[in-house]
Amino acid sequence: MNITAHPTTPKDPTMPVTDVQTDTDTNTLTMTAEFTAPVERIWQIYADPRQLERVWGPPEYPATFVEHDLTPGGRSKYYMTSPDGERFGGWWQMQSVDPTSSFTFTDGFADADLNPAEDMPVSTNRYSFKSTATGTRAIYTSTFASAEELQKVLEMGMVEGATATIGQIDALVAA
Amino acid sequence: MTDSDEDQADALFHALSDRTRRDILRRVLAGEHSVSALAEKYDMSFAAVQKHVAVLERAGLLVKRRDGRQQMASGDVNAVRSVSAMLADIEQIWRGRISRIDDLLAAPPDDSPR
Repeated sequence: MNITAHPTTPKDPTMPVTDVQTDTDTNTLTMTAEFTAPVERIWQIYADPRQLERVWGPPEYPATFVEHDLTPGGRSKYYMTSPDGERFGGWWQMQSVDPTSSFTFTDGFADADLNPAEDMPVSTNRYSFKSTATGTRAIYTSTFASAEELQKVLEMGMVEGATATIGQIDALVAA
Repeated sequence: MTDSDEDQADALFHALSDRTRRDILRRVLAGEHSVSALAEKYDMSFAAVQKHVAVLERAGLLVKRRDGRQQMASGDVNAVRSVSAMLADIEQIWRGRISRIDDLLAAPPDDSPR
């Protein structure tokens, strides 16, 4: 198994990530974060598209959810808008949804009409939330079918890109 | 560079800073070796060689698999490093999302974005 873990004590209290594990055998990323809010509050962010779009894309690539249904079998459609005004579509297909504790969904790319794009990578995700003494422990897991799909995701669709996100974090830390 | 990139670079340079480890890496890049076959090549204990192999493994330079009672090691720089680098990119995107959640939690409840 090629698992690397780097449990961290966050250097900055604004960075709640406490653990990151990557498994290069299964193309899986697992991240743990601690939030100082109850699970009900965290769940609300994922259930309410207006809140979800505030956290999904960075300011440079804001997300707009035109459909969002956090129920078993529910679907979401969204797009992200680049600084040039170009839109990048995506969709979620919910599988199991267990309010305030976990949900699983597939996440893929959409065409201009926000219908699933063919022959494009799809990731499988599980988000779970657990009540702790100080708030909520969130565990995010994303699995990609193959190294090729992972590569494609980064090339094609993760428009927000690492650079933009790092800039965002820096701005947040400096604020 | 991000902290995780820096950590990865640290692990990489540490792994390559030792002559024995560079020698092990050259061998496993040429082909798969059992850890015990590697241990025979050096004038040190099996445990010491195993430790060197573990350092290379942590740096993503070497992969191990089990074959019966044997531990097989091979150098897999491209496959392993590229997947871990890609996962590190995804990690950065997620860190952005998580810190935005934290931000949103700290915002006043009536703070509407648009």
